Amino acid sequence: MEKIPILRMGEFLLVTIQVDMHDRLAMALQDDLTARISETGAHGVLIDISSLDMVDSFIGRMLGNIAAMSRVLDAETVVVGMQPAVAITLVELGMSLSGVRTALNVDAGMDLLRASTITKGSRNASHIH
Amino acid sequence: MSEIAEKRSGTSLVQAIAKNEDKILADWLREMGSSTRRSDLMKDAELRNQCRRMLDLLKQGLEGGGAKFDSPQFDGLKDLLADISHSRALQGFSATDTAIFVFSIKRPLLQQMSEGFAGDTNALTNEFLKLADLVDAAGLYTTSEFMRSREEVIRRQQQDMLELSTPVVKLWDNILALPLIGTLDSARTQIVMETLLQSIVQTNSRVAIIDITGVPTVDTIVAQHLLKTVTAARLMGADCIISGVRPQIAQTIVHLGINLLDVTTKATLSDAFAVALQKTGVSFERLKRE
Amino acid sequence: MPVTSTETLTLASEPDVVVVRRRVREVSAQLKFSLVDQTKFVTAASELARNTLIYGGGGSLSLEMLNGPRTGLRLTFQDHGPGIPDIPLALRDGYTTGTGLGLGLGGAKRLVDEFEIVSKVGEGTKITVTRWK
Repeated sequence: MEKIPILRMGEFLLVTIQVDMHDRLAMALQDDLTARISETGAHGVLIDISSLDMVDSFIGRMLGNIAAMSRVLDAETVVVGMQPAVAITLVELGMSLSGVRTALNVDAGMDLLRASTITKGSRNASHIH
Repeated sequence: MSEIAEKRSGTSLVQAIAKNEDKILADWLREMGSSTRRSDLMKDAELRNQCRRMLDLLKQGLEGGGAKFDSPQFDGLKDLLADISHSRALQGFSATDTAIFVFSIKRPLLQQMSEGFAGDTNALTNEFLKLADLVDAAGLYTTSEFMRSREEVIRRQQQDMLELSTPVVKLWDNILALPLIGTLDSARTQIVMETLLQSIVQTNSRVAIIDITGVPTVDTIVAQHLLKTVTAARLMGADCIISGVRPQIAQTIVHLGINLLDVTTKATLSDAFAVALQKTGVSFERLKRE
Repeated sequence: MPVTSTETLTLASEPDVVVVRRRVREVSAQLKFSLVDQTKFVTAASELARNTLIYGGGGSLSLEMLNGPRTGLRLTFQDHGPGIPDIPLALRDGYTTGTGLGLGLGGAKRLVDEFEIVSKVGEGTKITVTRWK
């Protein structure tokens, strides 16, 4: 079974979903990502879905799960590049993906991740007295 | 009916058409009456041409043994009628005019037919009924094709109007504004939603201001659509601000129990713009006067 | 209503759900549905295909292109699984049997123009959805 590649970009991980995912592939991605976050100690995950022309409830839940699990592992998740038709459909489906942060594209997503890690860093630093 | 009579009646209509085509055409045109002919929309020559073609295809279909309008022998006639109703719909004829165009062929044909039956009124009646069924079916088909074309025209015009009335404006880098004017109905709001979201992607805008100053009333459906737009934009990574919320609309929203807690709303477009600038990290400096 | 063509796809394993998505996308694009309508219909098809597979134990999908006065696409999902005992409950958002039925039916219903469900416990389920152009 093919796997979705996870790239390392500095202290962040980047996943670009380009294939039509069946459920097992989505579950595998969930597992692989959480494992990689642990291994690398990454503070941020960027998921690029600009190639997805459809996101159904299963994939939506997967994205939500990834965000939740990453947060437990002290990493922020940002989903970028959702297509307008997909966004409209998800809203109609009733999924608002409230636990998931989003950005227009990879650059914007990176900015968001960097900003959040800086805040975290300064927060942590202020605790050290 | 005896076999001989059957054969005679089947061909007599075809013969009647063949022998007296010009007379039938003249009678038919007269039958239509000046109000239906609409010489302001169509020249007489063109109308004659349409009638002639229809008559020819009718004859062909009958010659080929076609019994009902659905028979394949009348496919040519069907195509012609679809063509005619489509162009008439575009030219501005009414549905009635177009239907009468078809139905008024009956009397002229009956008059010519009766000659071939030498007083055998039973046979003539039977044959005429068959013709009437055929023409009625043709008329109904023409009318439904007409309606279809009309609806397509209206739909296209609505689309054009929609696009004209939902201009998305770029206020600054990464900031879009969508000033809405006029009444919003469900269909229009959906188009608006799609247009705005497309623009967000195309212009890479993190903030979109939806200004409803020009919208007189907002009901539950419209409010829900606006909320859906905001949610969809958020899923894509952009923020929406709704501006131009007048006191009456604010009251309606509260009375309808719509939850706007998650959505930023501002009274004026300029207030919204200020917030948008802040969100995108832009500030303006007043130049010192020399 | 005159049907232009019908084709049947089997739903036996997970990759079949992907096949269904692709085929529904192809056909609705062919029928010139708007992009948003295509996406909504493909998403509904994905939800229902998954239900047929996981809850229904596998089944089939038949696609009918409708070409009367209106152009449309009709999908019929059929399985011979356990059937759904309480349909109104299943259509409610957030309802789940634990095997992933949550959000599937109710959500799919919102994404289509016509939605019909026939289900008998112990015999199976048939869901027909239609989208008009």
